[in-house]
Amino acid sequence: MLALDPMLEGEVLWTPLIIVVLKVLVVFVVGLVATMLMVWFERKVIAGMQNRIGPNKAGPFGLLQTLADGIKLFFKEDLLPRRSDRFVFALAPFLSFVPAFLSFAIIPLGGDYRDGNDGIVTWFGVETRVQLADPHIGVLFALAISSIAVYGIMLAGWSSGSKYPLLGSVRASAQMVSYEAALGLSLASVILISGTLSTSGIVAAQSTLTDWHVVATGIVPFVIFLVAATAELNRPPFDLVEAEQELVGGFNTEYSSIRFALFYLAEFMNTVTMSAMIVTLFFGGPQPISYGGVTLDIPLIPNGLEGTVWLLGKVLVFLYIYVWFRATLPRLRYDQLMDLGWKVLIPGSLAWFMLLAVQRLARNEGWNVFTTTAAAVVVLGMCYALLQAAFSMSNRTREREGAQF
Amino acid sequence: MELVVFVLASAMMLIGAVGVITRSNPVHAALSLVLTLFGVAVHFVALEAYFLAAVQIIVYAGAIVVLFLFVIMLLGVDKAENLSAEPLVAQRWLAGVAGLGLLGLLVVAVARGADVLATRAGGLDTSAEAAGGDANIQQLARSVFGDYVVAFELTSVLLVVAVVGTVMLARRRAAGDA
Repeated sequence: MLALDPMLEGEVLWTPLIIVVLKVLVVFVVGLVATMLMVWFERKVIAGMQNRIGPNKAGPFGLLQTLADGIKLFFKEDLLPRRSDRFVFALAPFLSFVPAFLSFAIIPLGGDYRDGNDGIVTWFGVETRVQLADPHIGVLFALAISSIAVYGIMLAGWSSGSKYPLLGSVRASAQMVSYEAALGLSLASVILISGTLSTSGIVAAQSTLTDWHVVATGIVPFVIFLVAATAELNRPPFDLVEAEQELVGGFNTEYSSIRFALFYLAEFMNTVTMSAMIVTLFFGGPQPISYGGVTLDIPLIPNGLEGTVWLLGKVLVFLYIYVWFRATLPRLRYDQLMDLGWKVLIPGSLAWFMLLAVQRLARNEGWNVFTTTAAAVVVLGMCYALLQAAFSMSNRTREREGAQF
Repeated sequence: MELVVFVLASAMMLIGAVGVITRSNPVHAALSLVLTLFGVAVHFVALEAYFLAAVQIIVYAGAIVVLFLFVIMLLGVDKAENLSAEPLVAQRWLAGVAGLGLLGLLVVAVARGADVLATRAGGLDTSAEAAGGDANIQQLARSVFGDYVVAFELTSVLLVVAVVGTVMLARRRAAGDA
């Protein structure tokens, strides 16, 4: 009932049930291991960028360092601050951890999408997809989950009963709610072009390099999505939520032991999921690079498995970009953060969406696409001028009233 | 199966709703409200209204209650209120009357609605097979941007007016203080 998965139609049989359970297990384990490796990857790459060695003692290349850290966290004392709200304090780490795993469920992890195939594979005589779930609402599910993730951080800060975590969580809720709008609006462009909400449908719509949504929507929605996603993840340069120089440690200051580990895990898991989301939406997910009838084919690997290899490669690029952001970009000031979100990203993504919609309308109605686009650009330019006039007007009013910010 | 989902979701909603009015801590009340909203979303999913379910969570749980919590945290009103003081005279008595009236209206509406549903099969065709699973979204879009576009636009104008009015009121008070 809940999935487009062809396997789940009709009556429930044993084989599909076992496949679903296996999928859940694999996604969970892959998620945990990916998170572990991501922590190692981030430390190692940053160390490289800063001319250090990074973790190199535990296991080959320090690969087991995260495991050692995790075990250490498990054995630490679990503190409960006296002024905390006990129930909410215990609930918050789970509200942060569970959404991180849930949104991983809708990402197509492989399958054969080339030559117009729809990514359906046959396992043990059962047709299914290489993704845990493919709900009708697809990417909206991811948006809903990411809006739930705000609660974890927000409640963690509030329930600690302490100043700095509260400041961190107030910042977090303002930031995440602001950037969610930009995230959703840039997503709308992708949905407009692909014509479907389901993640497997979005991947199937990107069969050649020019169909990849990063090209098909123009590069703007991708850039906006990348920036908004970084802010949504609270990763540098948008890590005001846990700015250690200002807020001690941010929303998780009072947490220790396994509860802290859950927050830490959720943060890195979210980074992995968001990278996979960007790849799914804009870079064709498990699709190989293919242009003008020529497809890059990895030799020796069957087509069904090859999708997973492509996805992994693309996700690694984005994970590297996130680490690179962290190593190079200084943190934004709070007013810069809000200005970027509300005055640049939201109007920008809205304007770009209107432009794409006008082009689509012109093509459907048989109007001249260039004239229509030019007219739309003129109208949007006027809107931009109006917006700028409003900004300068409000700035002047503020200066007259002697506001400090 | 449908019955189990219905009972569970309704239990979520009821527990949440009772929590909203009985918890004295505003943050706990807001969290109970989230539970209720999730129950509504589960009902929507069970009725195959996937899009509504997603929007329910994104808009209500993800934005509106987050704003409630934001205000609660920012103003620092996260203390239990003193319930013995009564700012308006006879407000409890009036609230009781209004509540009973609302309950009566609801009962009448449900009773009449059951008759209508029994005699007429119809409404939107939301079966997942229609239009490859996107039937919900297409029909909603036709309704909102086609049949009811004027009402839709008027609602957005109303919201803009409310926002502008709020900003104006807030700014005027600040100017008066200075």
